[in-house]
Amino acid sequence: MEKHGTIYRVAGPVVTATGVSPKMYDVMLVGEEGLMGEVIKIDGDKTIIQVYEETSGLRPGEKVVDTHHPLVAELGPGLLSSVYDGIQRPLPVLMEAMGDFIHRGVSANGLDRKKKWKFEPTAKKGDKVSGGSIIGTVKEFYLTHKIMIPPGVSGTIDEIYEGEFTVEETIAKVDGKDIMMMQKWPVRAGRPFGKKLLPDIPLITGQRVLDTMFPLPKGGTAAIPGAFGTGKTVTQQQLAKWSDTEIVVYIGCGERGNEMTEVLETFPGLEDPTTGEPLMQRTVLIANTSNMPVAAREASVYTGMTIAEYYRDQGYNVSLMADSTSRWAEAMREISSRLEEMPGEEGFPAYLAARLSEFYERAGRVENHNGTNGSISVVGAVSPPGGDLSEPVTQNTLRIVRVFWALDSRLRERRHFPAIHWLTSYSLYTNGLNKWYRENVAEDFPDLRQWAMEVLQRESELQEIVQLVGSDALPDEQKMTLEIARMIREIFLQQNAFHSVDTFCPLERQYVMLKLIKKFSDQSSKAVESGVAVDDIVAMPIRNRLAMAKYEETIDDELAAIDKDMVNAFDSLGGKA
Amino acid sequence: MSIASKEYRTITQIAGPLVFVEKTEPIGYNELATVTMPDGTQKRGQVLDTSDDVVVIQVFEGTTGIEKAAGVKFLGETMKMPVSRDMLGRILSGAGEPIDGGPAITPEKRLDISGAAINPWARAEPMEFIQTGISTIDGMNTLVRGQKLPIFSSSGLPHNDIALQIARQSKVRTGEEFAVVFAAMGITAEEAQYFMSDFERTGALKRAVVFMNLADDPAIERILTPKLALTTAEYLAFELDMHVLVILTDVTNYCEALRQIGAAREEVPGRRGYPGYMYTDLASMYERAGRIKGKKGSITQIPILTMPGDDITHPIPDLTGYITEGQIVTSRELHRAGIYPPINVSASLSRLMNAGIGPELTREDHKAISDQLYAAYAEGKDLRGLVAIVGKDALSERDQHFLEFADAFEDKFVRQGTDEDRDIETTLDIAWELVAGLPINQLSRIDRKYIETYHPEYRKSE
Repeated sequence: MEKHGTIYRVAGPVVTATGVSPKMYDVMLVGEEGLMGEVIKIDGDKTIIQVYEETSGLRPGEKVVDTHHPLVAELGPGLLSSVYDGIQRPLPVLMEAMGDFIHRGVSANGLDRKKKWKFEPTAKKGDKVSGGSIIGTVKEFYLTHKIMIPPGVSGTIDEIYEGEFTVEETIAKVDGKDIMMMQKWPVRAGRPFGKKLLPDIPLITGQRVLDTMFPLPKGGTAAIPGAFGTGKTVTQQQLAKWSDTEIVVYIGCGERGNEMTEVLETFPGLEDPTTGEPLMQRTVLIANTSNMPVAAREASVYTGMTIAEYYRDQGYNVSLMADSTSRWAEAMREISSRLEEMPGEEGFPAYLAARLSEFYERAGRVENHNGTNGSISVVGAVSPPGGDLSEPVTQNTLRIVRVFWALDSRLRERRHFPAIHWLTSYSLYTNGLNKWYRENVAEDFPDLRQWAMEVLQRESELQEIVQLVGSDALPDEQKMTLEIARMIREIFLQQNAFHSVDTFCPLERQYVMLKLIKKFSDQSSKAVESGVAVDDIVAMPIRNRLAMAKYEETIDDELAAIDKDMVNAFDSLGGKA
Repeated sequence: MSIASKEYRTITQIAGPLVFVEKTEPIGYNELATVTMPDGTQKRGQVLDTSDDVVVIQVFEGTTGIEKAAGVKFLGETMKMPVSRDMLGRILSGAGEPIDGGPAITPEKRLDISGAAINPWARAEPMEFIQTGISTIDGMNTLVRGQKLPIFSSSGLPHNDIALQIARQSKVRTGEEFAVVFAAMGITAEEAQYFMSDFERTGALKRAVVFMNLADDPAIERILTPKLALTTAEYLAFELDMHVLVILTDVTNYCEALRQIGAAREEVPGRRGYPGYMYTDLASMYERAGRIKGKKGSITQIPILTMPGDDITHPIPDLTGYITEGQIVTSRELHRAGIYPPINVSASLSRLMNAGIGPELTREDHKAISDQLYAAYAEGKDLRGLVAIVGKDALSERDQHFLEFADAFEDKFVRQGTDEDRDIETTLDIAWELVAGLPINQLSRIDRKYIETYHPEYRKSE
């Protein structure tokens, strides 16, 4: 007979129990309704539990049950296209059980127990296997879901079966032990892998400012900090839509309910640009909105990361978006203050930096135990209070991540989107990725990027002079630099996420666009030298065509035509040459 | 219930709004309690912390007059709000009692006021365009049904007029009207008077429920007011199929009350002394806006807050901005220049705008022309700074066009009367007239096909 403890005290999401002796981070069922919670502190005979659900009405004396296992994620076929809350309860199942609003005390399995999957073995009787070994496959939408031996199990396959199975039925026996398709893994611990590899392949996102200027490799880490309204969420969603990874895990952590709805309504209608399949079929969504229980918000990023690792272990590239890590940090702060812990900076717990680095360190490109290579790229949105980047969450994040996409509220005010500032952002991966760009896009790609950055840098210096003397006082050559910088900003860097053509720009096209601006620049320098007025160059119809091309359905043809017409257009300007 | 009948006389400590009671039966977290003074007067409160040893009650009306000899009863349930269709047209106190001299409200239902979170899976995407008749909102920061769009204002600015104008003029294009739930938190009696007389003058009261928590009402009651208002709104929207517009004013007063109570509880304070859970607390209020799949009604929220010291990075506007779907920001500069409504479009934003505009919703050119206005106005405003240093003559011809555009934009597009109700076509047409002052090749935000259809140059030649 299971021994029950009792509730001693209830204060918000923090419940103190007596009469149980669990391990740290064990899952506890609290109260008559069996609300889910996690042990976060053990103090003498008192056990402190953070409860993932609303605690109103809970009273001292009610029972507390120890489940003797930590918070786990259920891993197996059926994760893709699911929409979960922070503790992996599928939201559609919750809706069926309790209606349009989320009430408490309902448990739901992360994976459907009834659905049958067609399992095709790839290993055979007598094979030696160990944790991570692939023993068969299941078709999960268009993805080949690889069924692996759970970590920690090894031996010889006694039996392996073919056919239709649920996730809980035995598909193989290893040294007498039943193997099922479903694995459970504690979310707060990273899943094992072989070794980390250097991330040297870029994650292609179709966003010009990211792919060309500040690239993130597969397996890299990036942060997008920005004040509200600067476009963190839109950028995250663009990444979720267009990243060239096989799997996308999107964690809505303490954010808006309507935003999650937007994702839920738009993703099924969108196609993966590489496979043409519905985007939703490669996506796992975790939605723990700001008004859902704060403790589940704290757990949501770990749940998402564990699912990402599971697909990485199968040899896939996974991108994980966490929006927003600040809400996660605030959840930590809220719980920490209920525990009356000694606060660190700005009331955040002293272990904030450690938790953030543990989380980002679970990213990376790795060689798995089964010989495949997989990666997790992590993009974390940060919401600094008042847009102040010196606050602890931003600072601790920037110490870990290697790509910084700086959102700028002045850019937002002039509707320059994505509002990623070209002078303050950086990617420490650029040099490592240059080889890939040279070999796969164009030999001069890195030089072209460098040229664009120099023009933009020069513009910012010239702007300081313009602020003092006005642009008319500048020599023509410098006026032209300003115009070219404007073209780089308006034509290349600005990208309309809501425009059907412009929302995704393949890497080859990014190269062509930037190359054309460079060509325009070279031609105009010559023209200026030969005495053509800057205003005449700027007024050329071909400039306007270049600016509008990105909105045309036939953009690639139009760019080719512009390329052909450009020299002639400049020749017709005349000039003394 | 047996617990409900038992009265305890074991108060051990009274501090700020908190009363500590010992030796009780097990009491549920968040349940209601009444405190009865020896003279028979009663106060209500709620359980904040409960354990075998001590129960902490937060008293709504303040602890003035409570002594250790007072009796405490626990009601065995959490706070409920009686709701009914008959609440429309009524004025209630911040604690939900009628104060208009009318009869008591016969409840059709009693609902828990803390409100559960809407399952994101059950939400429907907000998309119907709400025409407020104000150009800066409709044209550039479009409000849609189910959105929460706050007004960030400052003391001395006419945010109340803007709120009233929105409440009065808002409609969807199919013509349906809104029921208005108006929650005043800590406003002065004079402001309350102003709101009430406007509601009565325009006849808006008969489709409104008004909650009034005035500046001199207890702070703790202020924390309940929006919960009561939103519970009412949820009932009207999701059970009676109405489209509800909720106006909450002033959220700053609400947050002050939150801080006051946090301090009384001796909590570890967060930024500027506000409680660390303020984000979650505000979210549980703002997130009660929305639409639900398969339900006709909707809740649209317009919270109003005054930014202390005009500072948009202050925790109250800051946390709000992170939760709401955009913000309408007012500007003291425009107000000084005599422009009403003094809405600073550059700092304003509606995140759901794209869902509410475009062909069939408003007009196909809406997004493009709006982007162009933003970009051109930003450029014109930058040039103003430059002109102050180098003079207008030093500007290129192109720049002069932008400078003039900024002035015309404020005068013709932003400025309008408090009773001027512009439909969306009028708003967009004004916009096109303004951009016609710029060289056509500078209209980089607009697809060529829209220029050809809507630009006055082309329209003339037709």
